[in-house]
Amino acid sequence: MSTGEIRRVIIIGAGQAGGETAQRLRQGGFEGEITLIGEEPAAPYQRPPLSKAYLKGEYDIDRLMLRPASVYSEERIALLTKTRGVWIDRANRKVRVEGGRELPYDALVLATGAKPRKLPLVGADLDGVHLFRTAADVDAVRARFVSGAKLIVIGAGYIGLEVAAVARQLGLEVTVVETAVRPLARVTSPEVAGFFLDEHTRQGVRFVLGGQPALIKGQDRVTGVALTDGAELPADLVIAGIGVTPDVAIAEQCGLTVNNGIVTDRHCRTSDPNIFAIGDCAARPMVHYEGRIARLESVHNAVEGAKIVAATLTGGKEHTEEAPWFWSDQYDLKLQIAGLFHGYDHVAFRGVMADRAFAAFYYKGDKLIAVDAVNRPAEYLGAKMLIQTNRTLPPSVIEDMSRPMKELVASAR
Amino acid sequence: MAKITYIEHDGKEHVVEAPNGQTVMEAAVKHAVPGIDADCGGACACATCHVYVDPEWLTKTGEQNSMEQSMLDFANDVEPNSRLSCQIKISDALDGLVVRLPKSQH
Repeated sequence: MSTGEIRRVIIIGAGQAGGETAQRLRQGGFEGEITLIGEEPAAPYQRPPLSKAYLKGEYDIDRLMLRPASVYSEERIALLTKTRGVWIDRANRKVRVEGGRELPYDALVLATGAKPRKLPLVGADLDGVHLFRTAADVDAVRARFVSGAKLIVIGAGYIGLEVAAVARQLGLEVTVVETAVRPLARVTSPEVAGFFLDEHTRQGVRFVLGGQPALIKGQDRVTGVALTDGAELPADLVIAGIGVTPDVAIAEQCGLTVNNGIVTDRHCRTSDPNIFAIGDCAARPMVHYEGRIARLESVHNAVEGAKIVAATLTGGKEHTEEAPWFWSDQYDLKLQIAGLFHGYDHVAFRGVMADRAFAAFYYKGDKLIAVDAVNRPAEYLGAKMLIQTNRTLPPSVIEDMSRPMKELVASAR
Repeated sequence: MAKITYIEHDGKEHVVEAPNGQTVMEAAVKHAVPGIDADCGGACACATCHVYVDPEWLTKTGEQNSMEQSMLDFANDVEPNSRLSCQIKISDALDGLVVRLPKSQH
């Protein structure tokens, strides 16, 4: 497909991935029509602060906006908010939106994101039970997110723990219920999970690990959570952070290849060459991990997808991919993560947990594959550079705190 | 409120009026100043909002904090007047601030 043929780009999904794509197409010199379709009322905004500064009340929605709303008209990006794409006609290259309107495309970008999993429990629809994905979700929580309120967080992933941290800082009573025997079980090592468990416990968060919620209790509104072992926990507010599922409905409808996300090649192209998929909804080969296919839920992945697609559609220089990166803020702890830790067989530490500043380096054989750095930005950035450039350092060298990280990275092969 | 001038590597100037409390990074992003990507939105996680503060302003913008210093250690073309613009808060005292953007972010 040559760029000369592409006059109309439609992007379904106006989260960070979709918003960045529109912006970067224009920055890359694309002159044709861009239509950006989103279900939410707002222009694209950043989600990470929702469970941090936005929940705390430090940021308002304007501050979360990727770009001011006026930029879209200035840059001739047709932003259709509160609009859902419902049907793709691949043969005739058209998208039908809710209400029946049909929009033609030359290239289509699916950035549909992910939907938070609902609690599969009786009472999950009671007033006071909330999911946590959109600004509207957080706004709905706010009135009862006050000092002294009893909050139960279900799910001890990053969202759940970030919400717990903000809640403690605002004086709520917090219990975290997690079905696994440790927090962050899906996303980090037992060692780092243990550190965060200790930290939250010290901050006054109560944990029920290996706990199975059976029922959300309440008449008109939530009053508590019953567990399968018979325990009952009182609650004024329940927030579920039990993961997301990729929004692949429209991709499945039109017969694209889907396997835990819309499957693409490394250029984010789906099984239809005129359709791309990026962000939380898409799975693509990871260039730094032998082409293993992964679906990442992160700002990094949203932005990378936007850069890759914009480069392809504008015929620009191919984007050189960064190693995956993530972050989480809890209390005064800044966790910065580079790489993908899955499949590690060894972990080496730089610094000690007691100092609340340390980094865990994950290895698969001799190869450094990921780092979790807590209040250790140099270790984070250094490891990210090593992974990006396919270099490594032996654990014994990494553990030598007498040499600064920068020097170690320079010496790596 | 402060008037801030961003100068791209090729000399192109962007003058922006920004409210107090925003960061120098946010003001640039909101006005689509090219060369400040700020992928992480100001969480000090990506080091893509590197700027050079004009020397006469250095006392007013303050020094690099320790997290910022560590991040800049790994950035390209770092100079003594390098800052991450997400770590500079706008106030009346910064009215007239001039920052330059490094070549590597172009």
